[in-house]
Amino acid sequence: MRRRVVVIGAGIVGVSVARWLTRFEGLEVVVVDKEPDVGWGVTKANTSIIHPCHEEDPDRWPVRARLCVRGHRLWYDWVRELDIPSRWPGEVIVARTEEELGRISKYVDVARRLGVPGVRFVDREELIEVEPAVNPDNVGGLLARTAGLISPMKAAIAIAENAAANGARFLLGARVRDIIVEGGAVRGVVTDRGVLEADVVVNAAGVWADEVAEMAGVRDYRIRPRRGQYAVFSDKVGPKPRLILHTAPTPKTKGVYAVTTVDGNLMVGPTAEDLPDDAREAREVTGEGIDFVLEQAAKILKSLPPRRRIIRTFAGIRPEPTGGDFIIRFHEEPWGFVEAAGIRSPGLTAAPAIGEEVARLVREALGGLVERDDWVAVREGIPHPATMARQERDALIRAVPEYGRIICACRKVSEGEVIEAVERARALGAGLTLDGIKFRVGAMYGDCQGSQCRAHIAYLIWRRYGVPPWELMLNREGSRYALAPIKALLRGGRDE
Amino acid sequence: MSKAYDVLVMGGGPAGLAAATKAAELGLRPLIIEARDRLGGVPLQCIHPGFGIHYFREDLTGPEFVHRFISKAEELGIPTLLNAHVLRAEYVSPARKVLEVITPEGTRVVEAPTLIYAVGARERNRYEIGIGGPNPAGVMTAGEAQTLMDIYGVLPGKRVLIVGSGDVGLIMARRFALEGAEVVGVVEILPYPSGLPRNVQQCLLDYGIPLYLRHAVVSIKEEGGRVSAAVVAEVGEDLRPLPGTEEVMGCDTVIIATGLVPRASTIKRMGAAIDSRTGGPYVNEWLETSLPGVFVAGNALIINDYVDYAVEQGELAAESARAYIEGGYSLPTAGEKRVRLGRNVRLAIPQYVSGLRDALFYGRVSFPEDSVILRIKGAPYKLPLIKAVPAVMFRARVRAEVLREVAEPVLEVVPRA
Ligand SMILES: Cc1cc2nc3c(=O)[nH]c(=O)nc-3n(C[C@H](O)[C@H](O)[C@H](O)COP(=O)(O)OP(=O)(O)OC[C@H]3O[C@@H](n4cnc5c(N)ncnc54)[C@H](O)[C@@H]3O)c2cc1C
Repeated sequence: MRRRVVVIGAGIVGVSVARWLTRFEGLEVVVVDKEPDVGWGVTKANTSIIHPCHEEDPDRWPVRARLCVRGHRLWYDWVRELDIPSRWPGEVIVARTEEELGRISKYVDVARRLGVPGVRFVDREELIEVEPAVNPDNVGGLLARTAGLISPMKAAIAIAENAAANGARFLLGARVRDIIVEGGAVRGVVTDRGVLEADVVVNAAGVWADEVAEMAGVRDYRIRPRRGQYAVFSDKVGPKPRLILHTAPTPKTKGVYAVTTVDGNLMVGPTAEDLPDDAREAREVTGEGIDFVLEQAAKILKSLPPRRRIIRTFAGIRPEPTGGDFIIRFHEEPWGFVEAAGIRSPGLTAAPAIGEEVARLVREALGGLVERDDWVAVREGIPHPATMARQERDALIRAVPEYGRIICACRKVSEGEVIEAVERARALGAGLTLDGIKFRVGAMYGDCQGSQCRAHIAYLIWRRYGVPPWELMLNREGSRYALAPIKALLRGGRDE
Repeated sequence: MSKAYDVLVMGGGPAGLAAATKAAELGLRPLIIEARDRLGGVPLQCIHPGFGIHYFREDLTGPEFVHRFISKAEELGIPTLLNAHVLRAEYVSPARKVLEVITPEGTRVVEAPTLIYAVGARERNRYEIGIGGPNPAGVMTAGEAQTLMDIYGVLPGKRVLIVGSGDVGLIMARRFALEGAEVVGVVEILPYPSGLPRNVQQCLLDYGIPLYLRHAVVSIKEEGGRVSAAVVAEVGEDLRPLPGTEEVMGCDTVIIATGLVPRASTIKRMGAAIDSRTGGPYVNEWLETSLPGVFVAGNALIINDYVDYAVEQGELAAESARAYIEGGYSLPTAGEKRVRLGRNVRLAIPQYVSGLRDALFYGRVSFPEDSVILRIKGAPYKLPLIKAVPAVMFRARVRAEVLREVAEPVLEVVPRA
């Protein structure tokens, strides 16, 4: 008898859950998300760090601490299996004063208890030695050598593609409106795109997890939105720190980071702003927010590029749960309702382990699940001819000449990559959007932010897929890239 | 194929076309490398007149203007690589420059003793000018809008706000008005419009489009995924928004027309030194960069007001390339001295002169000033300027003798005595 699990939320947590669940025989996995593509919630906008976990006090947040450590370990394999861009440079919490150094010494203890290797103090001299970009006013810092960075969107997409290759289905652009509970057990979900029957429903709804829980009658926690704003600089300007650098955490945040992203841009942020309950999608950037992160970054780095070299600002919303710890549980009431909720930082780090944990809970509850022997662990990324060896590149271009046409000059992305991004998005069931292309292949994300290539990409899509620019979405429903054929207004507003 | 060329011309816009055709006329063998699928560059998308007034003494549209050069290039049989993106440019020696080019036919490696870098400029985006808020659809640069409208026949928006009153912003305001769109205004941070008075009249006043001087867009509002309004504020003397003056202007589209920056990344990676004022490479009066035999022209060198200047620079670069090859891979530049920027000069090229040939200076003042002279301190050279404004570039030809005499040339703009 086939049994179906519906996962609500295609963020990094939802797709990780899906990947784990596809390992079992006789289990049908459906991932539902209100957005037209995967990863567009919390996963889209964060610091992208795979934390060493020495900041996760196991006394206060035992689940977070445990899954952070396990998740960190799993990422080593996942980035390799799934072709996810990553770097493992290590990190330093920089300290301005001896007093600050004292305050962060508690993390050495946490590291010891959790078994996090490579955590130790560095004095000023060693700090400057290991990180020439650091502000020499800092007196020293706490080094954690295992910290890494990934591209969270590429990760979510890679995991989703792999889950899909193993049979998971993605129902995107479908908001879950209700959860059907009958006889004390979940029976399915009601979505914008129809009703899905289910034996198990997993709540991985990010900032909306408490609302989804309510649909199943679970009301014992709330999610509070806390905004984090970032500024990204041109990849042409430095300093570009080799290590992940950040200020000492406060009760509200892990501090402000200055990192070189996997794409090679200096990124600084985030802020930590508590927002009203109804502002869960308020991804707005403010002047004060950017002022704040730049001010903090100036304490971390020996210099900052001029403000006019910022190529992008953005904000993410942290889902802060009541109590502060991750909420991961299998409900007996209603039976079959599983939660991976309140997945705030370090949720990206923990995601593979959260998936594993949820899969374990589901397996225990359903019983009798056996692992498949045809499960495929490997997924390949989209080829990027600009960084390939010449022979390999030329073989690719011979097979598909579009890989020889660079369409985004800043990031050297070819038409072939754009087309492959569209094809893969479609295969996944994702909407055709400009952001979907951007997140898959990096086009429109260089210095010019698409001003030189976006119109050409839109035209390519028009030509190849018949979607005109006035029907092409930037991202969400309604975000039309252009509004009409050129003469529409002169012809009395008719859109042909 | 190697050694078949004397000069590699990167970029097939006005400056590159002028460089290549001139080079061919001078007896050199040029190769044009163009990233797009046709020659012509930015003017292809500029269907308005205003091109060639100096060069051809005719008022042409952008496509008409570049087609004269394209025809000439065809007549001269100049080889061209289209859809060709330069991945890497390598300076090997004074006699050898190598480009690795990616094309739909695979990787091509081409080389020549000289390179003319004419890849143009890109527009500043909203983040670079500090416009915050959410990131909805409906915010784009003037060039992107122009491409949509005049290359692909697409209307980007119906209620449009333009940021920046340079000629590009003014022309885009009219362009939208001509399609029946409502242009809610042009917002300019400075106390005066940056474009030509002629354009203020013909593009705004004639269409009743309001111009908001001393104002800036500070944020954008979103509704249903698309721009719903721009928050506009007055600015103070320091050009920062004055709190309390914010006004919400409804619109579905915000067009950013706040100027260009030279595209210098490839030549920078090649090793050329970049001037932070112009954004382009440092050059001497031959338009030669800090790399011997590597020349630069057009908007990749300095943001020009007129296409005619870009063409002039392209032709000069071609002449320099010939002199370089004829001189046994060297130019007479002995005793190069740095041109310092004096009073009321914000930027200028060339940054170096030797006094061994005439120099053509292009530059901009820092602030507007009436009846001034542009001069080289301590040298018998003066150019009266009736009205000097930052938006209008100055251009001055200075004879070699004059430059030879001054030990430390300082370019300055001073009030007429
Ligand atoms: C500013 C910031 C910085 C961070 N930095 C780091 C870091 O450096 N390292 C780290 O490890 N972690 C970090 N985190 C935490 C990490 O980003 C999150 O823990 C993680 O992304 C959470 O993933 P998720 O899948 O739970 O949530 P999401 O990505 O939000 O996924 C939930 C999905 O559910 C969908 N959904 C919601 N309601 C419904 C519904 N009713 N019907 C259908 N779909 C629905 C949403 O559209 C969304 O796609 C950071 C977070 C923030 C905000």
